[in-house]
Amino acid sequence: MTAMPAEDFEAAYEALAMAIDSTGPEREALFLTRLALVLGHELGDIAVFRSAIRTALEGVAE
Amino acid sequence: MRPAGKGPLDSLYFQYPHFPARLVPELDGNAPRHPVAIVGAGPIGMTAALVLARYGIRSVLLDRKDTFNDGSRALCIARPTMHILERIGAAAPFLDKALGWRFGRSYYRGEQIFRLEMPHPPGEKYLPMYNLQQQYIEQYLHDAVAACELVDMRWQSELTGIDCGNDGVSLNIASPAGDYRLNADYVLAADGARSPVRTRLGLRMKGENYEGKYVIADIRMDHDFPTERRAFFEPSGNPGGTVLIHKQPENIWRVDYQLREGESEEAALREQNIRARVGAILGDIGHDKPWELEWWSIYSANTLCLDDYRHGRVFFIGDAAHIVPIFGVRGLNNGLADADNLGWKLAAVLNGEADESLLDSYSPERRGATLDVFANATKSTRFMTPPTRGWRLAREAALSLSLKHEFPRGLANPRQMQPYTYSESPLTPYPERDAEFAGGPASGSFPPNATLADGGFLLDRAGDGMTAMLFCDGVLNAAQTALLDQLTQLDKRFVALLIQPARATADAVVDTDGEITRLFDARPGTFYLLRPDLHIAGRWKTIVSAEILRTAGLCLGRATP
Repeated sequence: MTAMPAEDFEAAYEALAMAIDSTGPEREALFLTRLALVLGHELGDIAVFRSAIRTALEGVAE
Repeated sequence: MRPAGKGPLDSLYFQYPHFPARLVPELDGNAPRHPVAIVGAGPIGMTAALVLARYGIRSVLLDRKDTFNDGSRALCIARPTMHILERIGAAAPFLDKALGWRFGRSYYRGEQIFRLEMPHPPGEKYLPMYNLQQQYIEQYLHDAVAACELVDMRWQSELTGIDCGNDGVSLNIASPAGDYRLNADYVLAADGARSPVRTRLGLRMKGENYEGKYVIADIRMDHDFPTERRAFFEPSGNPGGTVLIHKQPENIWRVDYQLREGESEEAALREQNIRARVGAILGDIGHDKPWELEWWSIYSANTLCLDDYRHGRVFFIGDAAHIVPIFGVRGLNNGLADADNLGWKLAAVLNGEADESLLDSYSPERRGATLDVFANATKSTRFMTPPTRGWRLAREAALSLSLKHEFPRGLANPRQMQPYTYSESPLTPYPERDAEFAGGPASGSFPPNATLADGGFLLDRAGDGMTAMLFCDGVLNAAQTALLDQLTQLDKRFVALLIQPARATADAVVDTDGEITRLFDARPGTFYLLRPDLHIAGRWKTIVSAEILRTAGLCLGRATP
């Protein structure tokens, strides 16, 4: 996998923040889950997707 | 604000002088007409007066207060600003007192996640940043103003009216020594964020206000840490809010902390609450020794500016024209660049050397610089004070991932900004010539500096007017000689720097190791034209005399765009 250029990564950060705001608090979990599924599908690699889940869970899971 | 029992100027380390009102010629019925009146003797107004004086222009400098601004306020001086201070002959005391720096650290929940390192190429004369309390900035500039015969400094002189005419501006001034009318060809409004000049002319700044509020508190303590910018996200000492810590001279430390959402501003500003919160933050950074509270204030981020920095014969400089968030440290630095930019142009007009149309370039150039700051400041402000749930969640996600992963760490970069590039200015008519270069500084930008064999620096050799840098092997050809002659005739302050690999002519700038040639991506025959503020007016891989003369003519106000 290639890393995103810093400028693009920043644009992704901004687009995500604004998308969360547009869903409202009740629907944001649904939106973020849908986003993860869309990204996982586009990624097309279950091993990488599982690794991404582990990275994102770190420090968050109880 | 200061602790209970202390007066508003009762500082732990700084003696505020008291300046009396003076009897001025206007009070005796003499009404001399002044070339320039500057309203506001803060750092920006005083610098404008000193830039004008550098070109022999007199000014009257008015301030309603009887001393300097209270509190440390704007404390970061960036490298290009040191060059402005140097050119007005005021840099020495700054270098003696200020704390230079180039590193920073960002922490999330107590762990370091980002290391800021500002570039410091070996050829640079000054560090990227210096910390110095604003009182000292004002004191050192005032020392220079007091020593300058061309500046008529009038304290305790308040603007009570302004009349703009086609050929001059008339001000009503009230002072303890009496009230009078003051007539000037031009007025510079350097009277700050709440500019009375702006209000009286009915002009309004436009832009955005941001939600987050910061308390800024100065304390004195013995604390062993280098001069670096430290940013703390979600520290235990200020849950829910960001903290910034900067070191200043005299063992003074600036602690900025963000208030929690919905926190009462009035309660936050109470001394006992300031002491409790600062104490908790100091606990976080491991300071358990005594400390003293010096001064505090409150701040919220805004991006506001005027549509036009010029209103007839009135020019707005500094906070009177634009208010930027503190996080990019551009308030003072851009204000001083305004003063420098307007100063050399207005002096050329008042000296009868330039057409008045030269002044038309001030607002687009400096307003462009403000809009550039806004673009970056909006990003850094959203990170420092996330305005909504979406931005707060995105930041928490990025910061928590930063603990173990490199990829999101760059988002915590404070974007300490570079000086603005005047690439779209009417005074930069040939930016397309940049395509001839694979590197080096672009047209409109501030050039890099370089050390010379004699221990001096390249930019020390620039003149007060236009400066040419001509890279050459030895003897100039006929076209080059003719061009330099024409530039000398056009500008009596013109300086030509002949940059040569070995000393071929007596006045050469010797580039022994080829460093200057490399920095400017030059080859023999390459030509750079620098303006009085050192920004690059244009560059040519080999000379195109007509273009170079036209560029110089525009910068000198001899040609119309």
